[in-house]
Amino acid sequence: MNFYPEFEVVRNDSRCIRCRVCERQCANEVHWYDEDGKVMLSDESKCVNCQRCVTLCPTRALKIVKSDCRLRENANYSDQTIKEIYRQAETGGVLLSSMGNPNPLPVYWDKILINASQVTNPPIDPLREPMETRVFLGKKPDHITRNADGSLDTKLAPQLTLSMPVMFSAMSYGSISYNAHASLARAASALGIYYNTGEGGLHEDFYKYGKNTIVQVASGRFGVHKDYLEAGAAIEIKMGQGAKPGIGGHLPGTKAVGDVSKTRMIPEGSDAISPAPHHDIYSIEDLRQLVYSLKEATEYRLPVIVKVAAVHNIAAIASGIARSGADIIAIDGFRGGTGAAPTRIRDNVGIPIELALAAVDKRLRDEGIRNNVSIICGGSVRSAADVVKAIALGADACYIATAACLAMGCHLCRSCHTGKCNWGIATQRPDLVKRLNPDIGSQRLINLMDAWRHEIKELMGGMGINSIEALRGNRLMLRGVGLTEKELEILGISHAGE
Amino acid sequence: MKKYVIIGNGVAAAGCIEGIRSVDAEGSITVISAESYPVYCRPLISYYLENKTDLQRMNYRGESFYADHNATVLYGKNAAEIRTDAKQVVLNDGSSIAYDALCCCTGSSPFVPPMTGLDTVEKKFSFMTIDDTLALEKAITPESRVLIIGAGLIGLKCAEGLHERVRSITVCDLAPRVLSSILDDRCAAMMQKHLEDHGISFILGTSAKEFQGGHAVMQNGTEVDFDVLVLAVGVRANTALVKNAGGNVGRGIAVDDACRTSLAGIYAAGDCTEYHDISSDAVKVMALMPNAYMQGRTAGVNMAGGEAAFDNAIPMNSIGFFGFHCHTAGSQPEGCEMFEEADENHIKRLFVKDDRLTGFMILGTMHRTGIYTALIRNQTPLSSVDFARLKIEPQLAAMGSAYRDKVLKGAV
Amino acid sequence: MKRIYVKEEWCLGCHLCEYNCAFANSGMTDMVKALRGKTIYPRIQVETDENGVTYAVSCRHCNDPLCVKSCIAGALSKKDGVIEIDHSKCVGCLTCVLVCPYGAVVEDGSGVAQKCELCMKNTCGAPACVKGCPNGAIVYEDRGEAE
Repeated sequence: MNFYPEFEVVRNDSRCIRCRVCERQCANEVHWYDEDGKVMLSDESKCVNCQRCVTLCPTRALKIVKSDCRLRENANYSDQTIKEIYRQAETGGVLLSSMGNPNPLPVYWDKILINASQVTNPPIDPLREPMETRVFLGKKPDHITRNADGSLDTKLAPQLTLSMPVMFSAMSYGSISYNAHASLARAASALGIYYNTGEGGLHEDFYKYGKNTIVQVASGRFGVHKDYLEAGAAIEIKMGQGAKPGIGGHLPGTKAVGDVSKTRMIPEGSDAISPAPHHDIYSIEDLRQLVYSLKEATEYRLPVIVKVAAVHNIAAIASGIARSGADIIAIDGFRGGTGAAPTRIRDNVGIPIELALAAVDKRLRDEGIRNNVSIICGGSVRSAADVVKAIALGADACYIATAACLAMGCHLCRSCHTGKCNWGIATQRPDLVKRLNPDIGSQRLINLMDAWRHEIKELMGGMGINSIEALRGNRLMLRGVGLTEKELEILGISHAGE
Repeated sequence: MKKYVIIGNGVAAAGCIEGIRSVDAEGSITVISAESYPVYCRPLISYYLENKTDLQRMNYRGESFYADHNATVLYGKNAAEIRTDAKQVVLNDGSSIAYDALCCCTGSSPFVPPMTGLDTVEKKFSFMTIDDTLALEKAITPESRVLIIGAGLIGLKCAEGLHERVRSITVCDLAPRVLSSILDDRCAAMMQKHLEDHGISFILGTSAKEFQGGHAVMQNGTEVDFDVLVLAVGVRANTALVKNAGGNVGRGIAVDDACRTSLAGIYAAGDCTEYHDISSDAVKVMALMPNAYMQGRTAGVNMAGGEAAFDNAIPMNSIGFFGFHCHTAGSQPEGCEMFEEADENHIKRLFVKDDRLTGFMILGTMHRTGIYTALIRNQTPLSSVDFARLKIEPQLAAMGSAYRDKVLKGAV
Repeated sequence: MKRIYVKEEWCLGCHLCEYNCAFANSGMTDMVKALRGKTIYPRIQVETDENGVTYAVSCRHCNDPLCVKSCIAGALSKKDGVIEIDHSKCVGCLTCVLVCPYGAVVEDGSGVAQKCELCMKNTCGAPACVKGCPNGAIVYEDRGEAE
């Protein structure tokens, strides 16, 4: 069934100089030049609204707009719902989507406001006063212990040191390009934070960034070997992902080419299917075995992170993980991104990270095991304000991936699963991969983090807090607006005005 | 302090001055200039007629050139004799100038074959110098009918220069085609058609038999009435000074790669010389401005004790008429293979022999032809480049990535 | 001396450098007015090799500038390392085009020669091709001099 395209290419011919940049830069082949009419033409049905042409058009002759040709309005059966039914009736297939859940579900970050000091408890000017944004992730001792000679026992469990409480979360080499990984690795290294390999192994070129790398072990165990485990600064066991809780992953064989297949240690062209469960983990005890296997393999030098999707009973799950020997728990909310996920799963499974984070932090405190683990919060952390709110809700640090992709050029067209990313990020096509120059990509990531660090300091200074450690779990610094009693209770915050 | 003397004040002389000063800032330089103008490039005279330049802009190196290079010019003087024993140049006024190193940049002179009744023609001109040009300019009116003897580079450029300023122009030549020294029949025909489209008439394959005032009769019987006659049959290298001094002279003064003549301390450069053409492996007079400069500069550096060689000379010409250009370079040796690409408005002929590009003729599209010229000059083995691509379009892409890395990623 | 260099691993073959060059040297303040409906004659040109690798070629400001040596009008000169063309002196003989081994001197569409002058004569301030390259594939930097 044919539909009128979702987007329209609006070309202002009086501004078009026929430079044909749009044509050359569109991997979807939307634009072309008609020699006879000496005019640029377009096939809108191929357009994904990635804005590459709009961005590069030197005379601003182009814009992409949402088509207003819609099926008859129906509050229950929306245009999209109906078209999805048509598509499935035609193909019999599961619908695929990319990036995070775009639906208008509540964003709790936007309903939480941050405090500031006035009069009695003066704010701090971060330009004049030192401001500590460094955090350490890992098990913390519950109390001070002394050695036999009375000296302090300073031996700690292995820790990750972050110059600021933000890291780049897992995106595999395969789901994103070599140059995207290079940009993330170089930026993490320059910033003194970490990036995460995802379940795609670690390309040999990036071993040199190992000090700032978190290596992931997921259910497919792709790319995992001794050198890989030892190359990183921490190991992350991926139990789940916010965008697709309860299911595994699938890298199509068409993307498992060249270095991607080599790095994943799978034959070229073969589908890389990560199962939904880890086949050796059916209990916290099983998880504990894997945690300790990995610790044993790396001589207890590296902290182990367990990453789970935010789901209904996340607090109980986190409690189990905190007792499994893991050093860090990463919780991924339902708005987290993905390179490809079944649409129904992405849009309907999981819970908001804000609620999950608050619940987990509270539960671990209540059980007296909060110091067993650090908590990383991920799944749509969009700004320095979100970071500050997450920390006040109890996180030790945040994971960002969508924001990092945006810094590298992503325009959130949500077409990663087509493999034709015009920005050189979610693609393995060499002509597209080269569009992301890591010199530029890494610098933009560094700029973004620098900007966020400044903003975090300003927000902290306003609250009269000069150390990120003093903000963690400090829910008095937060107030809700437009939230129900229940929501406030779960978030553990008062309503504005209280 | 070394004494440098340069006979002549053309482009070769300017190159010589710059060559000397790149090595020796001290020595004295004396330039003997027959013409009373600072150095200018002779091919500009047709552009002067077209109003594309003027006497001031024709100045090749700007007002302060001689002062900046601390060179003395003796305007209006001619050298009469070189005394190698005394190391002196005798001028036609009887005075003499001593030299430690001498460079002959004496150029060439128009060659006028004997023609019956030439003395009856009132307005007849050569077309070599500014003075020729000023005299010609004075003689023409919008009603003038001009007859140009010679359809070579000089004759045709003169025709272009006069085109807007006279009533009619007829060009005749003994050769059966225009630009016979640089173009073959096919290319010449295209160029001729283009010139004819702009109103130039041709009488080719015959020469003037007789003149009676403003009336010329050709060998083939054609008759032409004219008001102004331009003689552009050809030029001869001015070799007498070196020949009389006992130096080796052929059709030009014989020079080696260092621009030395056979006489000690005496160099020569420019249109007066004959030298090695690497594209045909033959010694030729290649009266070309770029080569004149490079020879002059080479001579200058060597005169001052430096080391320089001009060892990759090839003939080459860039010439255009009424916006239609033609680039040629190198030669078409016996047994060479030709690649051609042509349509109505352009033609490209590449000549290849022994895995080398030896020459080309290109009319109509001049884009990046220097890449072809470099292939000839560097004698690049065509098996080392992607000649199939080069044939279509001159491009560095066909030269291999190593060459590209060298020229695009570092200073050259 | 600073020159323009290309990083072909980052060149996308988008040809924006050519348009930015043509605009920068058009003397106009609006790109649409300068270039719309016109054939452009840029001083930098994108080439594609047999493997699809693209890169832009512009004047190398070389040590042995055959264009300067060959100019019949004395219009080309090298000053402070930059090869410049004095358009008031150029008569359009195109000998420079015939001798440039890099194909970097080109005709300007009106019959005279033009070449990259590093945007020193226009109001751009820095080479327009470098500023406008979306992927950092053209750089303006000092990589020393040739032997």
